[in-house]
Amino acid sequence: MTFSMAGLTAFLASKGIYFLTAVLLSLGIYGMISCKNYMKKLICMNIMQVAVIFFFLCFGQKTGGTIPVQVNGLLGARHYINPLPHGLMLTAIVVSLGTTGVGLALLTRIKEKYGSVEEEEIIRGENKFR
Amino acid sequence: MIHMIIFNPAIRPVLAVAVTMAASALIFITGDHIHRNAREAITFIAAFLNCALIMSLVPAVLAGEEMRFSILEIVKGVELAFNPDPAGMVFACVSSSLWILTSLYSTGYMRGHHEKNQTGYFAAFAMCISAATGICFAANLITFFIFFEILTVATYPLVVHYRDETGRRSGRKYLAYTLISGQLFFAGIVIVYWLTGTMEFRAGGFIKTDLLPLPLMAVLFFLMAGAGMVKAGVMPFHSWLPAAMVAPTPVSALLHAVAVVKAGAFAVIRVSFFVFGPDTLKACGAARILSWFAVATILISSFIAMKQDNLKARLAFSTIGQLSYIILGVAMMYPFGAVGGLFHIVAHAFMKITLFMCAGAVYVTTGKKNISEMVGIGRQMPVTMACFAIVSVALAGFPPFVGFVSKANLVMGAVAVQSPLYAFTYVASGLLALAYLMPVVFIAFKRDIINSEFAVKKEACWPMLVPILVTTSAVILLGLVPDAGPHLYDLAVSAGQQIFGTLGVGI
Amino acid sequence: MSNIPVLIVLLPLSAALLCMAFTLVHRRLGRDLVLLSLGASLVLSVIQLKQVIHKGAVSYRFGGYAVPYGIEFRIDSISAVMLVMIFTIGLSTALFCMSFEAKDGNRIKIGGGYTLLALLVVGMAGMTSTGDIFNLYVFLEITSLSGYCLIALGGSRGLVAAFRYMLVGTVAATFYLLGAGILYSQTGTLNMGDMHRLLAAGVSTEAQAAAMIFFIAAFGIKMALFPFHGWQPSAYAHAEAGARPLIAGVMGKIPAYALFRYLFCVYGTEFRLLDKFLLVTGILSCAGIIYGSIRAMAQTDLRKMLAYSSIAQIGYISLGFATGCPAGIAGGFMHMLAHAFMKSGLFFGTGAIRQKYGSMELDDLGYIYRKMPLTSFLLVTASLSMVGIPPLAGFFSKWYIGLGAAESHHLVYLFVLVISSLLNAVYFFKLFEKMFMAKDKKLPDRLTGQAGEVPWNMTIAIVVCAAAIILIGIFNVAVFNVLMQSISEVGL
Repeated sequence: MTFSMAGLTAFLASKGIYFLTAVLLSLGIYGMISCKNYMKKLICMNIMQVAVIFFFLCFGQKTGGTIPVQVNGLLGARHYINPLPHGLMLTAIVVSLGTTGVGLALLTRIKEKYGSVEEEEIIRGENKFR
Repeated sequence: MIHMIIFNPAIRPVLAVAVTMAASALIFITGDHIHRNAREAITFIAAFLNCALIMSLVPAVLAGEEMRFSILEIVKGVELAFNPDPAGMVFACVSSSLWILTSLYSTGYMRGHHEKNQTGYFAAFAMCISAATGICFAANLITFFIFFEILTVATYPLVVHYRDETGRRSGRKYLAYTLISGQLFFAGIVIVYWLTGTMEFRAGGFIKTDLLPLPLMAVLFFLMAGAGMVKAGVMPFHSWLPAAMVAPTPVSALLHAVAVVKAGAFAVIRVSFFVFGPDTLKACGAARILSWFAVATILISSFIAMKQDNLKARLAFSTIGQLSYIILGVAMMYPFGAVGGLFHIVAHAFMKITLFMCAGAVYVTTGKKNISEMVGIGRQMPVTMACFAIVSVALAGFPPFVGFVSKANLVMGAVAVQSPLYAFTYVASGLLALAYLMPVVFIAFKRDIINSEFAVKKEACWPMLVPILVTTSAVILLGLVPDAGPHLYDLAVSAGQQIFGTLGVGI
Repeated sequence: MSNIPVLIVLLPLSAALLCMAFTLVHRRLGRDLVLLSLGASLVLSVIQLKQVIHKGAVSYRFGGYAVPYGIEFRIDSISAVMLVMIFTIGLSTALFCMSFEAKDGNRIKIGGGYTLLALLVVGMAGMTSTGDIFNLYVFLEITSLSGYCLIALGGSRGLVAAFRYMLVGTVAATFYLLGAGILYSQTGTLNMGDMHRLLAAGVSTEAQAAAMIFFIAAFGIKMALFPFHGWQPSAYAHAEAGARPLIAGVMGKIPAYALFRYLFCVYGTEFRLLDKFLLVTGILSCAGIIYGSIRAMAQTDLRKMLAYSSIAQIGYISLGFATGCPAGIAGGFMHMLAHAFMKSGLFFGTGAIRQKYGSMELDDLGYIYRKMPLTSFLLVTASLSMVGIPPLAGFFSKWYIGLGAAESHHLVYLFVLVISSLLNAVYFFKLFEKMFMAKDKKLPDRLTGQAGEVPWNMTIAIVVCAAAIILIGIFNVAVFNVLMQSISEVGL
């Protein structure tokens, strides 16, 4: 087995960031499954969404590229970073904000009706309602 | 334009189906809001129109005219089409003419018995006839299947007519058997269409022997014929039929002796002769397996029938056996067998409907269901029981009754294919029929015991008695002159000629 | 009239945004606006369908940007048909809703309800029309968010069901975004047609496969494909009663359509592992069909029974796709149409019963056929169609799926269809037994003083669904031909 520290460093430098987003995504999903508190589930959902945003931003970056704004005259296309992933992620952030808002609103109502946001108590409460 | 519609014979099958279906809808919608006489009038008008339309087709069909009529493309590449041919005409004539009589009888029975839900009853009844007519005239498998399934569903409300626990249980049983087999039929149709690219019925079959490996061919055949076998009560798929006898007697009479079960037998005929063809079925051995089913059913059901004390149950098991006559006739894959089988649709329909109507008349008049309670009933209802006696003899296959005509053909077929087993089965079954029906007659006319219950002569009301007399005379008349009326025997013979392509069939 | 594709989406969207303000002016104004916009969109979508049938697919470019750069709305014959379906059921549901308005006359509640309904329709119409991958995500989220809210309006249990659905649904959306990101990072385009060209030109199969896994999971969750269905039964069952027909009838179909677009339009036969993924879809569908049918048999609550039956029926649709041959795919779409009307119809019927007698238990349905003949007729028609009795729509969709199964040599699929029909028969005939044979519970009529059995707006919804089930059945060849117009372009 050939293993060289330099190779690993190079690999991490180029692709490592994707592993971090993958770890973040898994953490988010794991949290959504394992947490018993609905508020925590909501937070984990946000973490998961952020992971995807990072993912987009990561592949959107380009070594040596500059912001796509004309500062010192027009450069060739390869000198600019593609702005589209960032634009897309702005939308995605808005969407995730909306989702979180709906989630929080739901939680407030759940808290009003069931008196708790703990899963066990909600399940107990659910059996009372038809 | 209007001329074309009225005088074009090809459109009449469509009209026959449509009139009946419209009548069903009309009865269902208006039935509870109009007088019951008006409601029954709808039934009768539809019945007469249906019968007239169908009978008027007989000359054209006998002349061999091509009358295919397509209504619309019902699935991609296949049309919803009707094509009256001799085999279908036999069944259509029987069911349409018997519908008139049964409607009369039902009116008497339902009113005499003060039944509930009469509107639903008459509506479902008309729907069943409509579906049966569609089955008769269907030109291809998909049309056939559509009406076959409509028949299945439309019969359900009749089976559960009393809305009680027994009815519900019989209904479930009925659905379990018919829907499962129907869905397998559906799978079979899909496979046939995929393999051959056609669904059009052709006399002599359109599936070539080398289409599939032979064992698979047999499986495919039973996948499709299974639906017919279940509806025709072939053992071991019969147990829905005695259970369905909880329905009112007219239902048992028309549906479980004529429309539904015969639709099953007819499905076997269509699938065997018009889809697969005799050669293919003989090659793959399916015909032989089918004949074993039929032989076993004929013999076993006769023995079970003997042990039944409930008259309707006894008749139900007799029906199971008699239907397998038709199946066995088909399984011979020989012209005589096919003709005999087709004509047995006619013969058995007239005979069994008479027996059921007699049983119903006894039940409405005296409230007796069991044979053991009918000692001396002939004194009270001599006409009814005399008809019962005549038809019992006919059912056993004695000349000069109609049962003899079909049975003679069937036995000749058995002789021609050199199968002593088949011949023996028919003869033995005739004797067994005597053994389970004659005791009823003897008990009814017992001379030495005068049952005080039945001392006064009192027949059923005329709407019930007239149909019994009519069908009994039909049994005698068709026995003397098989070709009387709508040339049913000629139709059966020409169907046999179409299928096997030979002349000189029949006696 | 080249703006029709965008007007169809824009009209209900603006109505949704204005609805709240209008409702505050007058209690009925917002509702009328939404109804009007949905009606107008329905008319436009019918016009558009005619155009598409005669002249082929329509493409609309936002802001006039050329295709791979700008956002495109692309309407082929399938999406045109789907749009008609969405707006027919959307309008019927909006009419139906009128009977379920908040009793206290709270304007925020009334206006909000119609706003959400219109937004749900907008989201679904957008998902159907769009030809842009990221645009699809946005519309998916519009659909989901308004869906969560409508489910949450259904009372205390609806709240929890909505929250759980929201968690799962967001996972789905995130997965979708992830899959889209993978494809985008490989090709640099967001347009579906362009993406198809670039994927075929040479993108590593591994990357494509990874993205496809995410897509199947994402749309699987959204359409409640087994085993991603966990959220669905309680969400459908506890949704707001007025909006339930739309949620249960249509909301699950649009992701299925999106799945079709990815499987066949974006990836297509050039994708080497397509067969494998179709097989996976087929296996999941079969499992879902059997599982959903069996669970539905065990339910006593009508809503739950119908919800579980939806899991099975969605399986039919994906099974049609999984056959991977034109007849099967057309069958899947036919079932999408048929099932949309059947399931909405069943929920319209049960909603009407609930409105009149206040019960959804199977045991309380005794003699309902005498008391509500029209509703019972719809329930019977829709149920028989579910079982697959000809000549109703459900039979013919099954026919084409079955034919597709045979053509793709997957006879197992055919027998799964057979088994499922029988299981359907078990619980729908149980429904019939209750409707026609159970004892009359003599429940008090809550709609006394009404001319017919139900108010006119409910009658419209009921009649539309019953007619659609019968007409789609009888004239299925016409529908089939229209669908095939686009399916044949896919190049299978």
